Amino acid sequence: MTALIDMRDIHKRFGGTVALDGASLTIAPGEVHALIGQNGAGKSTLIKVLTGVYTPTSGQILLDGEPVAFSGPRRAQQAGVATIYQELNLVPLRSVTENMMMGFEPLHWWGGIDWPQAHRRARTVFEELGLDIDVRRPLSEYSTAIQQLVAIGRAVSQQVRLVIMDEPTSSLDEREVQRLFEVIRLLKSQGTSVLFVSHFLEELYAVCDCATIMRNGATVEQRTLSETPRLELVASMLGRKTSDIQASGTTSFREMELDTDETLLEVESLATDKGLRGASLEVHQGEMVGLGGLLGAGRSELARALFGLDRSTRGSMRLAGQRYAPRHSRDAIAAGVALLSEDRKVEGIIPEMSVRENMTLPLLGTLSRRGVIQRRRERELAAHFIEALKIKTASMEQPIGQLSGGNQQKVLLARWLATQPRLLILDEPTRGVDIGAKREIQRIVQDYQAQGGAVLMISSEFEELAEGAQRVVIMHEGHSTRVLDNPGLSEDALVTAIATAQHDRADGAARDDERSPATATDHQETAP
Amino acid sequence: MTSLHSSRQATPRSASPRWRQAMPVNPRSLALLVALLALILFNVAITPNFLEWQTLSVNVSQVSTIAIVAIGMTLVIATGGIDLSVGAVMALAGALAPLIFLSEFGQQAPLAMTLVAIVVALAVAVACGLFNGVLVSRFGVQPIIATLVLFISGRGLAQVLTNGNLQTFDNPAFEFLGAGRLLGLPFQGWLVVVIALVVAWVIARTRYGRYLLATGGNPQAARMAGVPVTRVKLAAYTSCALLAGLAGLITVAINSASDAAKNGNLMELDAIAAAVVGGALLKGGKAPIAGVILGAAIIQLVRYTLLANGVADEVALVVKAAIIVLAVYLQTPRGAH
Amino acid sequence: MTTVSWRQRLADNGQATGVCVILLALVCLGLIRYDNFGSAYNLSSFLNYNAMFVLISLGMCLVIITGGIDLSVGTVAALSSVTAAYVSPYGLVPALLAGLATGLAAGLVNAVMITRLHIPPFIATLASLLAAKGTALIISGNQTVPVDWASGFTRLGMESIGGLLPWSFAITLVVGAGLWWLLEQRPIGRTMLAVGDNEEAAHLMGLPARKAKTLAYLISGGCAGLAGVFLASGFGAGQPLEGLGWELTAIAAVVVGGTLLTGGKGSLVATLIGALMLGLIFNLLNFENGLGTFNLSAYWQMVIRGAFLFVVIAIQVQITRTRNTG
Repeated sequence: MTALIDMRDIHKRFGGTVALDGASLTIAPGEVHALIGQNGAGKSTLIKVLTGVYTPTSGQILLDGEPVAFSGPRRAQQAGVATIYQELNLVPLRSVTENMMMGFEPLHWWGGIDWPQAHRRARTVFEELGLDIDVRRPLSEYSTAIQQLVAIGRAVSQQVRLVIMDEPTSSLDEREVQRLFEVIRLLKSQGTSVLFVSHFLEELYAVCDCATIMRNGATVEQRTLSETPRLELVASMLGRKTSDIQASGTTSFREMELDTDETLLEVESLATDKGLRGASLEVHQGEMVGLGGLLGAGRSELARALFGLDRSTRGSMRLAGQRYAPRHSRDAIAAGVALLSEDRKVEGIIPEMSVRENMTLPLLGTLSRRGVIQRRRERELAAHFIEALKIKTASMEQPIGQLSGGNQQKVLLARWLATQPRLLILDEPTRGVDIGAKREIQRIVQDYQAQGGAVLMISSEFEELAEGAQRVVIMHEGHSTRVLDNPGLSEDALVTAIATAQHDRADGAARDDERSPATATDHQETAP
Repeated sequence: MTSLHSSRQATPRSASPRWRQAMPVNPRSLALLVALLALILFNVAITPNFLEWQTLSVNVSQVSTIAIVAIGMTLVIATGGIDLSVGAVMALAGALAPLIFLSEFGQQAPLAMTLVAIVVALAVAVACGLFNGVLVSRFGVQPIIATLVLFISGRGLAQVLTNGNLQTFDNPAFEFLGAGRLLGLPFQGWLVVVIALVVAWVIARTRYGRYLLATGGNPQAARMAGVPVTRVKLAAYTSCALLAGLAGLITVAINSASDAAKNGNLMELDAIAAAVVGGALLKGGKAPIAGVILGAAIIQLVRYTLLANGVADEVALVVKAAIIVLAVYLQTPRGAH
Repeated sequence: MTTVSWRQRLADNGQATGVCVILLALVCLGLIRYDNFGSAYNLSSFLNYNAMFVLISLGMCLVIITGGIDLSVGTVAALSSVTAAYVSPYGLVPALLAGLATGLAAGLVNAVMITRLHIPPFIATLASLLAAKGTALIISGNQTVPVDWASGFTRLGMESIGGLLPWSFAITLVVGAGLWWLLEQRPIGRTMLAVGDNEEAAHLMGLPARKAKTLAYLISGGCAGLAGVFLASGFGAGQPLEGLGWELTAIAAVVVGGTLLTGGKGSLVATLIGALMLGLIFNLLNFENGLGTFNLSAYWQMVIRGAFLFVVIAIQVQITRTRNTG
C-alpha cells in the first residue's frame, strides 16, 4: 500500500542554525501516527515543512507516492492536509461558523455568502463531534477546549486526508481529552490519517498506532506502539540505553543534604483571577521545591503571583515570617525574590542590548549613585558572572540576541543571581537549551542552593524534578493537590501523581472552587 | 591558576567597550556623516554662495528647531511609541509666551514677565506631555491615537487663545532665543549642542537611559526585570513635549511673531524623519542622538540644496517622503516568509 | 453566561447605538432651536459637504479593520481634486475617472509599501501624505485649478436629486452599500476582518491575507480619490492645499462608530453615522454662532474635535477594561 505521506531526508536551515538534519516521516492512510521527541528535536519545524509554512532546504515530500511541494498553508489544505497548531490559530472575534468556514464559505448565486447554509453546515459538523453550541457567537466566548474542537471541526469540514494535531491536549482536562480521542477514532474510522504530537506517553498509547521518534532534527526510528514498551520509547527519545535511565538519570543534580529547616516562604490558599485558584506550599531555606503538573495546571500562574505580576485575590503569602504582598515585580525584587520566566524571548532577554546590560538591569538601583551608573562596578560584576557561569560570549558588549539559547539562559540566570535573591523561582529553566548547557544550569542552581538559597522550580521534565527537588508540589487546575517528598521521589511516582491529581482534588482540595474551568480559561484567552 | 589567567587574557573584554565609549560613533553615524559630507561637497560644487558664513548661519538656525524636536521624538520612539502632537505643542507654547509678555501685566515688568512667559509656556508643554504619557502608559492607548487628540486640539487651542491673529512683538530678551548669537553662530545652535550632549549622556550613563532602552527593546522583559515601564514612558513623552515647547518658543523668537496656524506645522514629520534617518528603530530600543542630529542636518540640507538650486519646496516634500520610506525600508528585517 | 453575552452585546453594538441616539438627539436639538435647520437647503448642503468625509471614513474603516491605518487620505483627495479639475474640460465622466484613478494609484503605492516592502502602515502612509501633497502642489503650480464649468463637471458637487439628496451623497451611499456588501457578504471582506483579528492565524488558515490588505488600501485610496472629485466639483476648483487633517476626521469617525483601533472588528454603518454626527456637531455650531448668544470661532472646531476623540478613546478603554476584568 502506498503511504499517504512520505517525507524523505528533509533538511532545513535557518541562516546558520540547522533545524532539521535528515528527518523523515511515513504515514499510512487511516493511521494515527505519533510524532515524539524532546523540546527542540524539530517536530514543529517538520510539521511546518509538511504544511508548506516552511520550504525545506533539501529533501522530498511524497503524497500518494507523487512528489509535492506546498507553497503555503492554503495549498496544503487543498491537498487535504489540515493542521491544528499548538497555539490555536483562529480568529477570536469572529463567529464559530466563520472560524470553521472561512476560505470555504458557501456562496449564493449572486456572490454573497450563504449564511444560513454556513451555520447549518457548522452545526452538522459539531453534532458529529458531539457538541451543541451556538455557532453564531464569537469564538472568544468559548473555552479553549471548545476552540480546539472548532479547529478540528474546521479541518474535518473540508475534504481532509490528514489532520495534524500539535500538542492538542496540553490545555484540556481529562473529560475533554477523552472527547478528543473519540473524535480521533471517528476520523480514523472514516479513513482519515492523524499525526499526533504530544508529550504525554499515556495519550500516545491510548490512541496512536505507531510513532516516529525525533532527536536533534533527525528521525531516529519509527516504532509500532503496541510492540514497544514505554521505557524503550523514552530511551529512544532521550538517546540513551534503557539501563542508563534506570541507573543514574539524565540530570546533573546530586543528592543534597539539608542543614537548615527554617521556613522561607509560606503560601496559603493563594488565588488570582488569572487561573490560580488555591495553592498552598512551603519553601525552606536552602531547599529546592518542585512544581509538577500539566500545562495549564497553574504552575506559571503561581510563579507570577509570587513575583507580583498578578494581583492575588485570596489567600496569603509570608516571606521569612513577614507578610509578603508584592504589587509589582519591583516589590518582589526588593524583597529578594527572583523569577527566571518560562518564555526567554518574550519575557527575558532584551535582544539588542549587550550581555552586560541585560545582566545588570534589575541591579541598576544598587549599581548607580544619584541615577548615574557606576560603570566600573557594573563591568566587574558582569565579568565575574561571565567567568563564574562560563558564559560563552565574544565580550560582555555582545548583544544577547546573538548568543545561543543556553548562554542566553545563563545570562538571565546571572541577572537574577546577581540580585542575591532569597528565593529563586525557575520556570522551565532548561527548556530549549542543549544538553551541555542544561547540566551547567542545573549545577549553577545547585551551587546557589548550597549557599543557602531557596529554589522553587517548575519543570515539565520529570527527571529534573525527581532528581533535583527535595519536595515536589503537584498542581492541578490552579490548585496544589499533593506533596511528594524526596527521597522516594521517582519519575513514575510523579507521573502517577500528576495523572491522578484530578482525584486528589476531588477528595477535598477543591472545596472553594466556585467557577467551572471553562469560564476561567475563557477569561485568560480574551485578555489581549 | 595559570590556566585561569590565560583564559582571562584570551577574551579581551574591556578593550572593545573602552574604544566604543571613547568614540560614540557607530558605523551608521559614520555613514550618515559621509552622506552629510557628500551633500556639502555637492553644494560647494554647484550651489552659489554656499561657502559663506551667512549660509551656515541660516542652516543652523533652521535645523535647530527640527533637531530639538527630533531629540524628544527619539526618546519617545525609543520606548516604541510615537508623538504626533509635537507640532501642536509648539504652536501652543509659541502662542502662550507672547500672550503673557504682551499682556498689560507683562508690559509693567518686561524682563521678569518674559521669564514667566517662558516658564509658563514650557509648563503647559509639559502638561501636554503628561497627558500623552498618561494615555499611553497608564491606559494603554496606542501612541498614534493618544497623541492624535492633542495633534488636533492643541493647535486649535493655540488659535482660540490668539483668536487666530498673528502676534507680533518687539522683545529683545525673548528674541535672543531665536536671533541671539554666540561666537558668531545662532544661539539656538549652541542650545542644540548642549541638549544633545545632555540627552546623549543621560542615555549612555544613567539608570534612566538604560531603562528607556530596555523599555523599548522588550517592554515585557523590562517589566519583569523591575524596570518601572510606566514611569519611563511618562518621562519620555513629557521630555518630548518639553523640547517641542522649547522649539515652539524658538520659532516664535526667530520670527518676532507668533502664528499659531504655521508654528510647527508638519514638524512631526520632520522630527520622525530625522529620527528614523538617524537610526532610531520604530519598534523601539535605540536612541542614537548623534545620528538623529546628523539626520536632522541631512534633511535640512536636502531641503536647502533643492531650494537654493531653484527646485520648488513641493519637490522637497516628495524627496522627504522618499527618504523616510527608504530609511524605514533599510531598517526593516528582511527574510520573513 | 448571560452577563458575558450582555457585555459582549454592549461592546458589539452599544457604541453604534449610542452614536445613533446622539445623532438623533442632535437633529432634534437643531430642529427645535434653529429655524432654518430643517430646511431643504441646509439638509442638502450638509449632506453634500459631508459626502467627502463619509467617503474617506468608510475607506479608513476598512483599513483600520485590517489592523492598519491610512494617513494619506486627505492629501490624496487634494491631489485627486487637482487631476479631476485638469481633466474636467473633457467631461464629467473622464474627470471622475481621473480622480478615482489617482486615488487608486495612491492606494496601490501604499499597499505595495506595506505588503511587499513591510513598511509599517503608519510610516508608509505618512510618506504618501507628504508625497501626494508635494505632487499636488507641483502639478498645480501651487494654485487652485479652476474646473471647466461648461462640461457639466460641477453638477456632481453642486446639484441634488429633487433638491434634497445631493449627487455626491447619493454616490457615496451607493459606494457605501457596495463596501458593506464586500465586507459583510464576500469572503474577501471576512478575510479583512480575520487579518485584523490575528494576521498569523489568517495566514495559517490559508486565507488570502495579503490580497485582503492590498484591497483595503486600494479602496481607501479610491474613496479618497472620489472625495477629491467631489471637492473639485463642489468648490469649482482643484484644491492642492486642502486635505490636511482630513485623516483625523476620518479616524475619529471610525473610532466613534465603535470600530476597534487594533483591527478585527468594525462596522461601516456605524462609521457612516459617526461621520455624519461629527459633521452635524459643526453644523450646529454654525447655527449657534448665527444665533449670536455666544460666539465660538472656527478654531473651537478643532478643540472640540480633539476633545471628542478623547471621549471616544476613554469609552473604548473603559469597554476593553470591563471586558478583561469583568
